[in-house]
Amino acid sequence: MKNNIKEVSVKILFLIAACTSIAAVALICLFLFANGIPAIGKIGVFDFLLGTTWKPLNNEFGIFPMILGSIYVTAGAIVIGVPIGILCAIYMARFCPKKLYKILHPAVELLAGIPSIVYGFFGLVVIVPIVQDLFNLSSGKNMLTASILLGIMILPTIISVCESSIRAVPDSYYEGSLALGATHERSVFFTVVPAAKSGILAGIILGVGRAIGETMAVIMIAGNQPIIPKSLLSGVRTLTANIVLEMGYAADLHREALIATGVVLFVFILLINLLFSVLKRRAK
Amino acid sequence: MDAINKLSFKDKLRSYKKHPGSLILLILVILSAIITAGVVLVLVGYILIMGIPNLSLDLFAWEYNTDNVSMMPAIINTILMTFYSLLLAVPIGVGAAIYLVEYAKRGNKLVSVVRITAETLSGIPSIVYGLFGYLMFAVACGLGYSLLGGALTLAIMILPLIMRTTEEALKAVPDAYREGSFGLGAGHLRTIFKVVLPSAVPGILAGVILAIGRIVGETAALLYSAGTIAQVAVNPLDSGRTLAVHMYALLSEGLYTDQAYATAVVLLVMVIGINALSGVIARKLAAK
Repeated sequence: MKNNIKEVSVKILFLIAACTSIAAVALICLFLFANGIPAIGKIGVFDFLLGTTWKPLNNEFGIFPMILGSIYVTAGAIVIGVPIGILCAIYMARFCPKKLYKILHPAVELLAGIPSIVYGFFGLVVIVPIVQDLFNLSSGKNMLTASILLGIMILPTIISVCESSIRAVPDSYYEGSLALGATHERSVFFTVVPAAKSGILAGIILGVGRAIGETMAVIMIAGNQPIIPKSLLSGVRTLTANIVLEMGYAADLHREALIATGVVLFVFILLINLLFSVLKRRAK
Repeated sequence: MDAINKLSFKDKLRSYKKHPGSLILLILVILSAIITAGVVLVLVGYILIMGIPNLSLDLFAWEYNTDNVSMMPAIINTILMTFYSLLLAVPIGVGAAIYLVEYAKRGNKLVSVVRITAETLSGIPSIVYGLFGYLMFAVACGLGYSLLGGALTLAIMILPLIMRTTEEALKAVPDAYREGSFGLGAGHLRTIFKVVLPSAVPGILAGVILAIGRIVGETAALLYSAGTIAQVAVNPLDSGRTLAVHMYALLSEGLYTDQAYATAVVLLVMVIGINALSGVIARKLAAK
C-alpha cells in the first residue's frame, strides 16, 4: 500500500512535468497578448500594421516598414541559403566520402552552435566592409549584408533537416534508377530528391523561422533605419531589431507598441510553426 | 550505396562526357559543400586569428571597470546562469520525457498536446522569450532584472531540447530491460530509476550539453530579463550579464572592438569545446 502511494505520487509528478510545456506556451501567449493587444487597440489595427511612419516621439507607431523589413531580409536569406543548403545536404547524404563526412558533419554542427552575437560581429567586421567597398557606399549596413549573413546562419538548419530526409529515402529508389541506366547524379537528383521533397520543404520553413526570429546578428549589420527600404542597398529594420533597440528606454504607449511588435512577430512564428508541423506530418 | 555503383576513374570520365548535365550537377553539389566548409573555416579562423592577439590578462581581472573591460564577471555569470537554468530545466524536462515514454498510453490526447506545445516552444525566437521573461519575471513577478529571471526564461527555452533528447534516449533503451526488471518483481518506479534511466544517461547528457551551448550563446532572451550589469551576481536576484550579453554591450558602446574580438574568441572556444564534448558522447553512444 505504501509502495502504491509512492508509485502514484511520482507518476503525478512526472505528469506535472509533462504539462509544464503546455503551461509555458499558455503563459507566453497570455503575457504577450495581454500586454500587446491593448496597444494595438489604442493605436488602431490599421495604423499599427499598415502605418509607414515609426516616430515614437510623435506618437506615430506604424510597423509596416519593419514587417516589410523582416520579410525582405528573410527572403534574401532564403535566396542565398536554400540552394547552397540543399545542394550541400545532397552532397553530404549521397556524394561525400566517409572520411570527408567525418570532418564536414562536425563543421556544420559547429555552424549551428556559433552564438548569433558572434555571427553579428563577424558580419560587422568582415561582410559590412566588403559590401561597402564593392558598391562604394557610405555604409555597408544594408539589406544585402543582412541577407548574406542570415543566409549563412540558416545553412546548418536547412542542411541537417534536408540531409536526414534525403537519407530516409529507401535505397531501392536509387537502385531502380541506376538499373534503368541513369547516372549517379541523375538518379540522386531526379528520383531520391523528389521523394524527399516534403522533408526538404520542412527544412526550408524551419530556416524561414530562424531567419525571421534572428535578432542580435541582424541588429549589428542591417542599418536599422525604420523606413521602407528602397533598394537592396538601403538600410532596413526588422521586427526583432525594433524590439531590442528601443525596449531599453521605452515607456508607456511606446513600450506597449514594442510588445505589440513582439506579438506580430509571435503570430508570424506560430503560422510558420503550424506550416512546419503540417508538412512534417505529411513527410511521415 | 557505393558498392553497387563502382566505376573506375576512366569509366566515370567517359560517362560524364556522355552526360554533361550530370557533370554540372556534380560540380554544383561539390561547390556548395566547399562554400559551406569555407564559411566555417573563414569564420572560425578569422575570429581566432584576429582575436587571440587581443587576449590579455587585464581582460580576466576579477573586477570589471571601464579601463580593463574585464570579462571575468561575465564568465562567472555565464557559469552561474548555466547552472541555474539546468537546475530548473533538467528535472522538469527529464520528468516530462519519462511521462511521455514510460507512462503515457498510445494515442493519449495529452501526449499529442504536449508534443505540439514543445514543438511550438522550440520554434519561438529568443527575443520573444526575452519579452516574455521581461513581462512575466521582471515585471509581473517583481524580480526586476535578475539572474534568476534570466535563468527561468532560459529554462523554458531549453526545455523542449532536453525533453526531445531524453525522449529519444529513453526510447532507445530496449524493452527487454524493462521486461527483465518487471519479471524480477520490481515496480514501475524502481524499473525507471534503477534500470531505464541509468542506461539512458549518455543520451540525456548529450542533450544537456547542447542546452549548455544554447545558454552560453544566448543574448536576446537575456537583455531584458537578466539585464546588463557587469558584476558577478552573487545573489541570484541581482542583475548580471553573461558573456554573450557582455559582447553585445561592448559592441553597442562601439569603443571596444579589440576587447570584442577577444570576447568572441572566448565564446567561440567555449562553443567548440561544448560541441566536441557532445560529439565524443554521441560517438560513445554509437559505439555501444
